[in-house]
Amino acid sequence: MIAIKLAFRNLIGAGLRTWLNVSVLSFAFVIIVFYNGMLDGWNMQAYNDTKDWEVGNGQLWHSAYDPYDPFCLQDAHAPVTGQVKQLVDAGQLTPLLITQATIYPQGRMKNIFLKGVDPKQRILKLPSALLQQEAGVIPALIGKRMAEMAKLKKGDLVLTRWRDRNGTFDARELKVVDVFNSNVQTIDNNQIWIPLPVLQQLTGMENEATLLVAGDTYTRGSIAQWQFKDSKFLLKDIENIIKTKKGGAMVIYGLLLAIALLAIFDTQVLSIFKRQKEIGTYIALGMTRLQVVKIFTIEGSAHSILAIILGSIYGIPLLWFLHDAGIPMPKAIDSMGVAISTRIVPVYSMELILSSVLLVIISATIVSYFPTRRITRMKPTDALKGKIQ
Amino acid sequence: MKHRTFIAILLGVIAMGFSLPDGTALLIKVDQNMSSKNRIFESNMTIHGKRNSRTLTAKTMSEGTKKSFTEYLSPASEKGTKMLKLQGQLWIYSPSTDRIIQISGNMLRQSIMGSDLSYEDMMDDRKLTDIYNARTEGEEKVGDRNTYVVELTAKVEDVAYFRQRLWIDPERFVPLKEELYAKSGQLLKRVELKDIRNIQGRWFPTTVIYKDMLKEGNGTEFKMTDLKFNQPIPDYIFTKASLKQ
Repeated sequence: MIAIKLAFRNLIGAGLRTWLNVSVLSFAFVIIVFYNGMLDGWNMQAYNDTKDWEVGNGQLWHSAYDPYDPFCLQDAHAPVTGQVKQLVDAGQLTPLLITQATIYPQGRMKNIFLKGVDPKQRILKLPSALLQQEAGVIPALIGKRMAEMAKLKKGDLVLTRWRDRNGTFDARELKVVDVFNSNVQTIDNNQIWIPLPVLQQLTGMENEATLLVAGDTYTRGSIAQWQFKDSKFLLKDIENIIKTKKGGAMVIYGLLLAIALLAIFDTQVLSIFKRQKEIGTYIALGMTRLQVVKIFTIEGSAHSILAIILGSIYGIPLLWFLHDAGIPMPKAIDSMGVAISTRIVPVYSMELILSSVLLVIISATIVSYFPTRRITRMKPTDALKGKIQ
Repeated sequence: MKHRTFIAILLGVIAMGFSLPDGTALLIKVDQNMSSKNRIFESNMTIHGKRNSRTLTAKTMSEGTKKSFTEYLSPASEKGTKMLKLQGQLWIYSPSTDRIIQISGNMLRQSIMGSDLSYEDMMDDRKLTDIYNARTEGEEKVGDRNTYVVELTAKVEDVAYFRQRLWIDPERFVPLKEELYAKSGQLLKRVELKDIRNIQGRWFPTTVIYKDMLKEGNGTEFKMTDLKFNQPIPDYIFTKASLKQ
């Protein structure tokens, strides 16, 4: 207790030097919480959006389906029958049929994926209910990125060519009935959504699907030739991207933390050098060398306690504001390949705050301890005389 | 009076219908004229893009419809690339990687060197009469030549184009124009066959222009030079070993 009292008295007594160190360390602490909170917020938003718009509660893939091999689509489809059909009828699964196609907007040629979705499905957030058929028109839904890339807008007709199950060419005009806005690029880029029964009929794949998206009530695993992929597997890419981002962020705030810790280290070295008489007096009064080391280490690490208090004073309102207002994201970041909204809402979990507090306290304690080891080698008589050792 | 006119027109139409030659017979004659034991030719393939054009020159040796060997001579980036088609299989040798790759499955649907032709277009060696029902639609002029328009409709499922139309010159038994349609009736490609020459007793088009009708651009022009039929071709040419030579 004496050590803590002494440490804080000495720190406050050091005045501006202490407050400079504390300010830099508190800044590092707030930045750590902010940056990790932002990445956690992004992760959560990307995870939720991708789940809502694309992966649902998992997917059942045809055994030949590989999302990274567009050429597999010719063979990766099978009839939706038996158990699977019952689950589809019960609203636990929704089938999707995917085929390669080419569109010709304004005479240009673009390769796309033509996807069939049940207009009545409720599992995905995709506005499939808008795919209402009019006589002689094939309705199509596209995302804002696809609309931008192909220079298409609501009401436009786009000539599309594809091959049926036997490889025979077919081509029709599709009418863009709506342009949806989703943060998830993977259901938007180079994709056109049309009613499932229409795509099944056009490709000769009656009642067939490439994959089925599971709803929240789906509890079964794989079924016959349909392999179940859970949402953890399907969202692994997002997790990996966030992990990489966190790695990069660690370098930035690590540098900031290193500067603050260097200042504490420097302060410790200077104070041990300048306060040799004081150290000698402590020992002469009966303290062991280790007790003196303890006083100086606590003094150094107390910087971190003050930094956390100071950081909380200005950090809490600032981080609260950013949580409420969100952080606007530049448009260019949309091409990163991960779902990202126009504003990211940071999420500050208890785990994040506690781990940041511990990081600051432990690292400040370590850098405070190293210079004090010199005290153990000091001769008390020389220290009392103030002789340089 | 009205009845008489109607009957006269009807008879005229029927008579015209009867006077049109059978589409399948026309196709067989075209096949007889154009097929040979083998052929050797050099070609210039000019791909007209939206902004620029590029020309590839190649030497091809083929035997019937099942064996073909092509070596690209220019430009420098494609020089030394070789393609071998053997009994429904296709291999490509690339000198830059010194590797032989087999083109199969969906890769056959890719364009050849960025042209309007796909590998599949050169791979389908079935006779038209085997996969299409032919019907002569009527007569039309292509340039200054009279032609019969023959409509082909697929009679098997695994064809790329459900419907085709051919404009056949009945004197020389050479198609002068082809149109390839999707199942919906949408015109997809137009092929023009020009510069018909009599080579070793048979009429043969030496320039073929392929145009993808859905995209902009002026298509791909394929010009054959130094065309020879029934020449001695060593057997080793149609082996995989010849690709690396």
